[in-house]
This record gives sequence, structure tokens and C-alpha cells, in this order.
Amino acid sequence: MTYIPISPQERDAMLAEIGVNSLDALFQAIPAEHRFPSLKLPAALTEMEAASLLDEIAKSNENLRGDLISFLGAGMYNHYTPAVVDHVLRRGEFYTAYTPYQPEISQGTLQGIFEYQSLMTALTGMELSNASHYDGATAAAEAVNMAFANFRGKRRKILVSGAVHPQYREVIRTYTQGMDLTLTGDQPQADLPQDLLPLIDADTALVIVQYPDFFGRVFDYTGLIETAHSQGTLVCVVTNPTALALLQTPGTMGADIVVGEGQPLGLPMWYGGPSLGFFTTRKQYVHKMAGRLVGETVDSRGEKAYVLTLTAREQHIKREKATSNICSNQGLLALASAVYLSVVGKSGLKQVANLCYQKAHYAAQQLSQIAGVSLLFGQPFFHEFVVRLPKPVAEVNEHLLEHGIVGGYDLGKDYPGMENDMLVAVTEMNTKEEIDMLVEVVQEVLDA
Amino acid sequence: MSLSPSNLQYAKTDEWLDPATGKIGISDYAQEQLSDIVFMEITVSVGDTVSAGDVIASVESVKAASEVLAPASGKVVAVNEDLTGAPETINGEPYTSWFIQLEGATSADLMDAAAYEAYCQERSH
Amino acid sequence: MREPTLFELSSPGRTGVTFPQADVPLFDLPDASLLREDLPLPELAEVDVVRHYMALSKYNYSVDGGFYPLGSCTMKYNPKINEDTCRLPGFVFTHPLQPIETAQGNLLLMYQMQEWLKEISGFAAVTLQPAAGAHGEFTGVLMMRAYHQARKDHKRVKMLIPDAAHGTNPASAGMMGFEVVTIPSDERGNVDLKALAAQCDDTVVGMMLTNPNTLGLFDENLQEVVRLVRDCGGLMYADGANLNALLGIVRPGDLGFDVMHFNLHKTFAVPHGGGGPGSGPVGVSERLADFLPTPLVGILEEANEDVPPLYGFITPPQSIGRMKAFHGHFGGGVVRAYTYIAMHGAEGLKDVSQYAVLNANYLKARLQKTYKVPFDRICMHEFVMEGRFEGTDIRALDISKRLMDYGYHPPTNYFPLIVHEALMIEPTETENKDTLDSFADALLKIAEEAHSNPQIIKTAPHNTPFGRMDEVKAARELVLCCWLPEDYDTSQ
Repeated sequence: MTYIPISPQERDAMLAEIGVNSLDALFQAIPAEHRFPSLKLPAALTEMEAASLLDEIAKSNENLRGDLISFLGAGMYNHYTPAVVDHVLRRGEFYTAYTPYQPEISQGTLQGIFEYQSLMTALTGMELSNASHYDGATAAAEAVNMAFANFRGKRRKILVSGAVHPQYREVIRTYTQGMDLTLTGDQPQADLPQDLLPLIDADTALVIVQYPDFFGRVFDYTGLIETAHSQGTLVCVVTNPTALALLQTPGTMGADIVVGEGQPLGLPMWYGGPSLGFFTTRKQYVHKMAGRLVGETVDSRGEKAYVLTLTAREQHIKREKATSNICSNQGLLALASAVYLSVVGKSGLKQVANLCYQKAHYAAQQLSQIAGVSLLFGQPFFHEFVVRLPKPVAEVNEHLLEHGIVGGYDLGKDYPGMENDMLVAVTEMNTKEEIDMLVEVVQEVLDA
Repeated sequence: MSLSPSNLQYAKTDEWLDPATGKIGISDYAQEQLSDIVFMEITVSVGDTVSAGDVIASVESVKAASEVLAPASGKVVAVNEDLTGAPETINGEPYTSWFIQLEGATSADLMDAAAYEAYCQERSH
Repeated sequence: MREPTLFELSSPGRTGVTFPQADVPLFDLPDASLLREDLPLPELAEVDVVRHYMALSKYNYSVDGGFYPLGSCTMKYNPKINEDTCRLPGFVFTHPLQPIETAQGNLLLMYQMQEWLKEISGFAAVTLQPAAGAHGEFTGVLMMRAYHQARKDHKRVKMLIPDAAHGTNPASAGMMGFEVVTIPSDERGNVDLKALAAQCDDTVVGMMLTNPNTLGLFDENLQEVVRLVRDCGGLMYADGANLNALLGIVRPGDLGFDVMHFNLHKTFAVPHGGGGPGSGPVGVSERLADFLPTPLVGILEEANEDVPPLYGFITPPQSIGRMKAFHGHFGGGVVRAYTYIAMHGAEGLKDVSQYAVLNANYLKARLQKTYKVPFDRICMHEFVMEGRFEGTDIRALDISKRLMDYGYHPPTNYFPLIVHEALMIEPTETENKDTLDSFADALLKIAEEAHSNPQIIKTAPHNTPFGRMDEVKAARELVLCCWLPEDYDTSQ
């Protein structure tokens, strides 16, 4: 079925007004030999049939909310989303609107983004936020673009810690392949902040670190940032927004750019997307920053209102001179994160962070009591940590799955030599019972 | 449009050069086309040598962005940092809002005030 | 009446959602030097939040609320069933890194979607990874570069782009460090063949072409354009922004294009969400297939009598790499679009494009006696007219603002740049004749007002919740966020 609201009689009247006698006659400009191909697609479904088909497909997955217990994180986390978030998102006024180019009739979207920007600065301790990027990884790549533009291409070295999410590093490499940059710092076995220090020099545009890092470790980057600044180098911190309810902000440590994945803020996992890349920085860099930006102003009636501002930075005006080609933001998902943050608020977000911290520490303690299992790192952590197992993670995970448990991320996939190291994530969704079950099955596997 | 000062020379890309001082800016016509300027950045430094046609600055308004090209060749001896902090000055006083100053400015193909005004007139239609 | 911000509404000690007590023994927090001192977020009850967002929603114009003829944006109706299917728990609660054996539904859906998009576009392979149209374009340009690099053809630096192109085209090429060469349009709105031929040499990376172009016209010399570019060794990029005109009408792959991005949020009814998220899959011809970003969805183990195939991820041999984390805009993008295509089938998709073109030509026919339409010939899914009248100083922007008073969202303004005072109108196929007639009547009325009462247009809008904005103040003062009031009690 289609959604075309025109009757055959109306169609004929319209064709007459145009002065042609058939729909096909409108397509004379198309090369005749390629006109009207017959597409081999399945027969059209009614809504009832489509609903049933999609339901069947969805059910052939095993989901992490009923089918399986999960300790998987590595960049995307299983959190609770209060009901109110989706009820707001389902308002057609929000989800069927376009980019707010006409501010007189788009103040809902504009104020929503302005508040989102405000919430992100509050969370990260930074001075300003843009309206968002596609995801955490592309936000990190845009940090490279910004730093490159800031030095007008004169600094050509980017340092990325090996403890930054492997997929984020891959994306940065993809993005920069036409830019004649040197991307370094993520050699194996050199993933501590101090390993980066000797590499920072006057040609370094940007240092990228993660907080908590990919292995879950929490470092104070104040010293690293001071060293970078002494060379005029900018520092980008990739962070987890839930952790920032508890931990010192990267802004306080002196970071120049703070980016991250906003999915933990009430967004679905959705098998990886769409999600939300937040991007915050300091005022002095605003003109070099990519992405949409909403600012406060007044309207002709003297009322406070909001508009897209500094648009001359963007691709539709600057064209090939723009910092980035991005033209959308993750509008609806930025709104979702703002609704989430406003309804859980200060106390709710602290509770979530505290639950994650406590449960993860309980899981770490219990797992490390199994003979042959140890915590790989001694640093403080938030809700994710690495356990070293006496057997390959792949093998252990296979057994866990037989018991309905999705184990932690197998670090051997990205880090040679870490085949026995599992990155375990625990959130407020994991009960003590689930954690105890994980421990029990791991014990069982290792005993076997 | 305000009168183009007769002591200046003008480029087809709407920059002016003061041959007496070597200072460079953008014309009244250029600022009017851009409308309200909200950001400007000088992309050369003191000591740099520029050739006529090189990009020396970029300017952004609420609705447009433009590069500013050197109307002459020479060595940069001063850049107007004050202007970077108050780019709106360019809209009000385009002929005193200098961007950079060149030493030994040499130029070809620049117009005098009368020729430039005729050139602007021509484009307004 | 303005709605206060979340921060203005906040009151110390108020709470919305609370979470359960910890069911595990408690552990010490890290050293205080690692902890933040305060968390300056708003404090609100659930009802406060709902009323706030309800109030904001009322300030928005939307497709659900009315006609939204924004050119090049394809603001078609967003079917409600798609909102339900993308929220099925099997999609929402699956983690991108969970074992593929537990996510076969997702992988099957992605595999089929790749196949369907190949069939619709005539390309040899499709990636679903890019997050939006501009992201797809960037992906395409990266592949074009990789193709020439793999052939050790390093002198190619010129990207040819028509003057009517979207700004993202040159911006994407600029991100790769390519030199952008603008090709003018001729007097019929086609690519100027002479100007194109003059640029076609062995330094050409390729050409980025929107077709139908941003004037809404199908290039009458398209096959010659493709031949010129391919003969000099260049690749043809199709900007798929205007694909809503071509479903079942013609396949870009058949016309000789090498790469094209789809906008699932335009053509396949994924809602625009107030500016995103989009979804920008990319299709490529055989010669670019090895360069696609990683991962693609493929069949890892073929089906046999007893078991279905095993779907999983594969990496093309000369992949440009990864464009974003994980596998693209699956839930909110691909699932909605999949539902849409499944319901339309081949005939339904052809109807979509035929009626989109019918609606655009009908509106053009009703308006072109009053508004000047340059390049006048049968248009595709959109058309561009001039928003100005002899003897008045009314501009396109004024007409747009006045349209709001009549209850419509304005068309796209000032684009493409090659038309004076451009008003770019794309009605889409999901509007009925009555709506189109009322909209045309409103524009004709405004044309009368331009002579009889220009002041009412100049000062419009009058009937909207807000008036025209001071954009200079916003850009000069740069107030980009708000905080809790200074005297706010943050002690708790």
C-alpha cells in the first residue's frame, strides 16, 4: 500500500491543468532505454502484514531485556530509559519537523537544542556545546578536523592514546586519509597517559585520550593537559556521560574539547545506532567548530527566543572551505537525552552512576575471587573493568551464552596478546542475582 | 553607498590598498554585500611575504563568508589584532578598518576610486 | 509567551525518576580528587518535564501539522507503523557487539535492505553504514579517492561540481583536499557541456551530480555528461537527495553512475526528527565495490535444507575503513525504511515518484502565470520560481514569512544560488489536491498583496507564536547555553 491521497479523478484533473494526458508523459526527459525499469522486489504488504513480518524478524533476535543477561559495554550500554522519554519523542511536532531554518515556527526544536547544549556543558564542565554529531566516534573525528582548522593545517600530528575505543581510532583514520596528517600514539603496550608525554611536540595539533578509558580506567589527565598546553597543543577527552555524574569533569582538568557517545542518556542501543555524538569545547574555538549551533536572541516583539547561529561556518555557505561537510545533527536523539537528563535530574543521574559503580565493583570483587582470575589493572574504575582469565575469552563467552549470558567484550579482537582479557560492563540494569550467576558460570567454565 | 576615498586603490575582488601606508582593507561595497560581520580572522603573520591574490583573511557575516585577498605583494609588517576583537567595525568604517600592513607593496591592475565606483555601479544591476 | 528553560523551572530538592537501592554491598568511592563537586543539572518532577516539552512542541510546525513544501528536503508523511516497528524490543534492546548468532533478525533485515537498495538503484553493492546524506557523500568521495590511489593514478585532484549543487558536495570534496571546479548550467538548466568538456582531462577525480538537479530538472544531456567524465577516467557521483523523483522511473546505476548516497530520511519516509538523525546508505558500481567501508552484511554460511543461512559481517578487500562506530543507523533509520519499502513494493514505489512529479508539475502549472519560473519545462519532483515582482521590493524571504501567516511552512529560500530570489518547492506525493490548491491560492493572494498591501508582507509573520528574529544579536552576543540561576541552592 502507499500513502498517496489523490483519487483517479483528481489525478486526471491535475494532468489536464498541466497539459499532459498521462503520468508517464511527465517523464520524457528520461533516456527511453532506461525508463520504467521493472524492479524485482517482494510483493507489497498491507500494514497488518508488515507489522507481523517485522515482529517476526525482531523476535528472531535474542534481546538483552528478557532473552539474555548482558555484561557487554565497550561503547554502548544497557541502561534504563524512563517511559516519559519516548512519550515526548512520539509527539509528531518534534519528530516530523525539519531542521529549524524558520525560527518563527520552530521554537520547540530550537529551545530543545539550546537546553541540550546547556545540559551538555553542565555535564562536561565545558563552555559550549554544538547541537551534536552522528555518534561518539565521528565526534572524535570532528575534534581532529577542528584542531586541524585551528592551526590552519600548520600542525600535522595527531596523538591518539591506544586506550581510546578501537573503533573510534579506526573512524579517525578513515576521516583523515586525505588530510596528509600523521596519526600516532596508539602503539600496542603503550596506553598509559605518561606514554604520550614524550610524543607531544610543537607539531602536535591534538592529543586524544578517553575517560574512563576503553579498559574502564580512570586517570586524572590534568598533568597531561598541562604538558600539551605548554606546546600549544589541544587536548580532546572522549568521555562517558553517565560517569560524569560522579567523576571530576574533563573541563576542570583543562580539556579543550570533550566529546562522547550520548547513548547512555536514555537512548536505545538499537544494534548500534542511531545514537548521539556530543561535542563540547571552549568559546575561543567556536568559529572552528563544525556542526549546528543554537543561540539566544530576541524576536521582533521583544520576546526571548532562539535561532541557529554562526551558520556562515557551515557547508551551505562556506562550501569547500568549511571545517566539515556535516549538515544534520542527531536532533531527535539530542532531544531524547535532554528529556532523560531533565527527568532523572541531578539526583537520578547520581543514583544511576552510583548503582553502576557499586554493582561493577561487586562484580569485579566476586570475579577476582575465582582461582586464576584477576583484575588486570589496579587503577580506579567506574562501571567497566578488565578481568584476565586463564582461558580465552571466546571460549568462556561461548559457555556463558549457553547459560543465557552475554559475557564481556573480548579484548583479543582488537589487542593482540589480550585474548584472555575480558572487558566487563555492569549497569543499574544488572541485579546482584545476575552478577552472582555470571560468577558462578565463569567458575564452572574454568573448572571444566 | 559611501564615497570611495580617492587616496586608495581598489581590487576587482573588493579590497583596498593605501599606497602611502601599505595598509589593506575591504571596500564599503564588500561590507554591504556581506551584511553584518560577526567574525574575522587574519590568516597571515608579521614577517610573512604575500603575493597579490593570496588569501590574507576570512570574514563571516550572519549570512555569508568570504576570503580577503591581498591586492598587492609585499612583506607583512603589521596585523590589526584590534579588528579581530571587534569585526563589526568593518561594517561601520570600512576604510579605516585595516587588516594588515605591507612593506614595499607592489601591485598591478588596481583601480582608482572613480573606476572602482563605476565597477560597483555595474554590478548593482 | 515564552516557555521558561529547564533551568529556570528547576527547584532545589525536586525529583523526577528515582532508581532502586543498591542490592550489593557498598564500596568506597575513588579518591575525592577524582570526583566532581557538584552536578548543576535541573531538578524537576515528571509532570514538570512533560508540561515543558508539551509547551515546546506547540511552537513547532511539522508534517503531522501541515503542508511542508521545503525544496530538496522531501518532507513527506511519515507512516505511523514505522514508529512502532522500529521500537520493537528485538531491535531496541540488541547490542551491536552481541554474538551474531543472537542477532540474526537484525542481520537478515540489513542484508535484505542492501539487496533492495541495489535493486532500486541499479548498483552492484550497498553499504548501510553512513549516518546521513553528507556522511554518505563523504564515504563516496573517500572511495573515489581510494579507487584512483589503488590504480596509482595520483595526479587526479579536480572534482567537477555544477553551480546548482548542494553545499555538501564541495564541502565533501574539500574534506579530501580536492580542488573544486564549478561547472555552469546552460540556458535550459542542464550542465553546460562545453564548459564541462573544457575541464575533462586526466586530473579529474570525478563529477558530483545531482540529478534531477536542484532546479528540479532531469538533465537532458545526462548520457553525454557521463560519457565525457568517464572518457577522461573520472568517476560519476550521484547525489541521491532527489531520488524521490526516480523510484521505478530510472536507476542511477543504469545511467552510468559509479556511486550514490540514499537519504532514507527523505526518500523512504524516515522522519526528519527536527534535523536528524538521518541515514545515508551508499550504492556503488562494480569497480568501487572493493572499497566500501567496513562492515557490510553478508552470508557467512549458506543455507541448507535444515538451517537458514548465517548472516554476519564482512570487510571488503580494499575497504576505506570504518565511517562510524558499529553498523550504521540501524534502528531509527534502516528498520523504518525497510518497513516502508516492504509495504510499497515495486509498483508502490513507482507510484510514489509518479505522484511526487505530478504534484510538483500541478503546483507549477497553477503558479507560473504569476511567479516567474526560469528554465520552464516539465519538472520532476520539485521546481524553483522567483520570489519577486516587478515594481515592488518584496523578496523571497518576505513571501516565505507571509506564507506562515496562511498556515504553511515556507519553501526553501535562496537556493539554488543561480536563481534570483529562489523559492524552491517540493510538495511530495503525500499531499492531496485540496492542500495543493489552498497553498497555490495563498501564494496567489500574496502576489496580490505585494501590490495592494506590501507592508503586511514586509512585517510578516503576524499569526505565529514568534516574530522575525534578531540574528545579528544572536551571532554577536553568542549566548549558547543557560545555567541554573546564580542564587540557586546547589547544596543538596
